[in-house]
Amino acid sequence: MAEAPEETVVHDELKFANDSKMTARDVSVYYGAKKAVDRVSIDVDSHFVTAFIGPSGCGKSTFLRCFNRMNDTIDIARVEGDIQLDGENIYDTRMDVVQLRARVGMVFQKPNPFPKSIYENIAYGPRIHGIADSKSDMDRIVETSLTRAGLWNEVKDRLDESGTALSGGQQQRLCIARAIAVDPEVILMDEPCSALDPIATAKVEELIDELRGRYAIVIVTHNMQQAARVSQRTAFFHLGNLVEYGPTEEIFTNPRADRTRDYITGRFG
Amino acid sequence: MSSAVPQDEQIGRGPTAWHSEAMRRRVRRRYARERRFRALGLLALTIAAGFLAFLLITIVSDGWRGFQRAEVAVEVDFDPARLGLSEADLQGPNAQAMLNRANFRALVRDAASEQYGSATMLSNGAWLSVRDEVRGDPELLGQTKRLWLVAAPYVDLLAKGHIDFDMPPERRGVSAEQISDYRQLRSADAVRLGFNSGFLRKANSTNSELAGVWGAFVGSVLTILVTLAISFPIGVMTAIYLEEYAPKNRVTDIIEVSINNLAAVPSIIFGLLGLAVFLNFFGMPRSAPVVGGLTLALMTLPVIVISARVALQSVPPSIKDAALGIGASRLQVITHHVLPVALPGILTGTIIGISRALGETAPLLLIGMRAFVSDIPGGVTQPATVLPVQIFLWSDEVGRGFVEKTSAAIMVLLAVLLAMNGVAIYLRNKFERRW
Ligand SMILES: Nc1ncnc2c1ncn2[C@@H]1O[C@H](COP(=O)(O)OP(=O)(O)OP(=O)(O)O)[C@@H](O)[C@H]1O
Ligand SMILES: [Mg+2]
Repeated sequence: MAEAPEETVVHDELKFANDSKMTARDVSVYYGAKKAVDRVSIDVDSHFVTAFIGPSGCGKSTFLRCFNRMNDTIDIARVEGDIQLDGENIYDTRMDVVQLRARVGMVFQKPNPFPKSIYENIAYGPRIHGIADSKSDMDRIVETSLTRAGLWNEVKDRLDESGTALSGGQQQRLCIARAIAVDPEVILMDEPCSALDPIATAKVEELIDELRGRYAIVIVTHNMQQAARVSQRTAFFHLGNLVEYGPTEEIFTNPRADRTRDYITGRFG
Repeated sequence: MSSAVPQDEQIGRGPTAWHSEAMRRRVRRRYARERRFRALGLLALTIAAGFLAFLLITIVSDGWRGFQRAEVAVEVDFDPARLGLSEADLQGPNAQAMLNRANFRALVRDAASEQYGSATMLSNGAWLSVRDEVRGDPELLGQTKRLWLVAAPYVDLLAKGHIDFDMPPERRGVSAEQISDYRQLRSADAVRLGFNSGFLRKANSTNSELAGVWGAFVGSVLTILVTLAISFPIGVMTAIYLEEYAPKNRVTDIIEVSINNLAAVPSIIFGLLGLAVFLNFFGMPRSAPVVGGLTLALMTLPVIVISARVALQSVPPSIKDAALGIGASRLQVITHHVLPVALPGILTGTIIGISRALGETAPLLLIGMRAFVSDIPGGVTQPATVLPVQIFLWSDEVGRGFVEKTSAAIMVLLAVLLAMNGVAIYLRNKFERRW
């Protein structure tokens, strides 16, 4: 990692990783005059699940939303720095933001299926990007996406029912299926389980584990057990800064920065 | 009971006495207040419903007579010689012209005079239906047929029982001869009250018994179509632009405030604007539905913009995020996700605005739609009037026959408005079911 701000502790294993899927360098985000993310640099590897943890309001969601330029939709938000996907700067004027968002999918905190049928929820992305060639092709995409999201058996007989009629956990898995239907390279998840009960959470966690390796996954979570269970890399944020970034077991068993240790041991946050 | 619960040290007071007399009194007072509030609400509802019922009853009790008219039976001899028509004329290519030239007026007048001594009991326009009779059935030529013809206004008044015989003759509005004529007709069984089909088929006329609302109805439809065609697309596009594209800054704030103020501008101001801009500046035709429609569009536009913006704002942002997050373009987000969800609200707002425009009188008076128009308008540039203006004009007429016509026209207008509201409800339910 090049010229990280002084206070960031990056574990040796993660330095100079040059096969990273996405890299962020000195990224700062402002809401109006307020700085929500302060010069953060990080590499996201395609073979692992990366977890962002930190106290509420520290800028995790804001930073995550830089990776697919969702901050563009907020009028007062301004992003500085450089983020690359496979070596291409995603904030470059030549980058098409519509394609970027297909390549870098997103799952939101609150399940947000479209008020359309289950089938249509999945088929929508492939259709607007022209991915499916025929109806049978589309059927196949819908089936594989739902199967990968572990939802196929529950909904295969009711594909034309409204997506909003599913339970919360099913809705969230539907949203994950919708994201993977366009065959993204990276999936960003912002607290995907915070609205779910423990059983639904376990299903989503299992699903994340199965998706690992196929997609680069970045997950924001408040739940440290969850970070420990599903991720291999953990980044700890505090007050807009990246405090420490390292392998998950290291962060949880042997944190190097004082602030990380205080947070892990529950002394603040 | 209270001794069983230990004193709460931290709050520093005893347990709440839920069963004390003071608590009971508070509960009773709360219930009493609730009952009074409900009674007040019921009272308000009763008063509102009472007003509505009163309005409807007055209009309908006056108005249903407007759908009836007195008719007098006349034995008409379709004598080819007197009409100057032959069978061949009616078969030929110029049949319509020949018919229009034939003197049906004299034929009917003479027939009535022969039977009743004069033709005063017939309407001035009674012969029109006789001509229509021949137009429909050329075989009639040379035959004699008993026809029910539109009666003169005084027969109408007498037949409907509007005349009080105890009043002195000079205030009665009907002379003694007219009454005796009428009695004579009655005894000959030559008067009846029939359905006034002309009221729904004809345009305005100076004779109350011949006047109809169809011309005004068509004028209203043409005007409203122009209004809709202009204000709906412009209003919805404006709302979409302001909600989804425009940056939030001083300029858009000012635009927003202006639109809100525009919705509160009295409608007559829009009439003056229409007069100044469309008639005087652009020189568009006076009294034409196109000008009326444009003027009403100016008035309706802010209503549509505001209701469409509210409908767009009520679309959950999470749906937009979901669509953007999967790589939908801004246009796709709007057309695939935002508009379908907002459509019921937009349509409801539009129909409310259009209904208001449909009932509008003042601005249309200013752009000349108060002219007397006896033809049914055939296009948006031809002179026309609209239902509310027609009602206004008739309510101003002195002839007694126009009183019930006014109420009858109000019934037609109310029926149109009810139908439009029905459409609004239907559309809302239809599109909302997709949730
Ligand atoms: N749309 C916005 N406009 C203005 N300020 C914002 C906006 N979104 C976030 N912020 C501010 O930016 C800071 C970081 O917010 P962010 O949502 O990224 O935190 P977070 O780490 O995701 O918190 P949480 O764990 O509670 O979700 C906060 O102080 C928040 O108040
Ligand atoms: Mg967050």
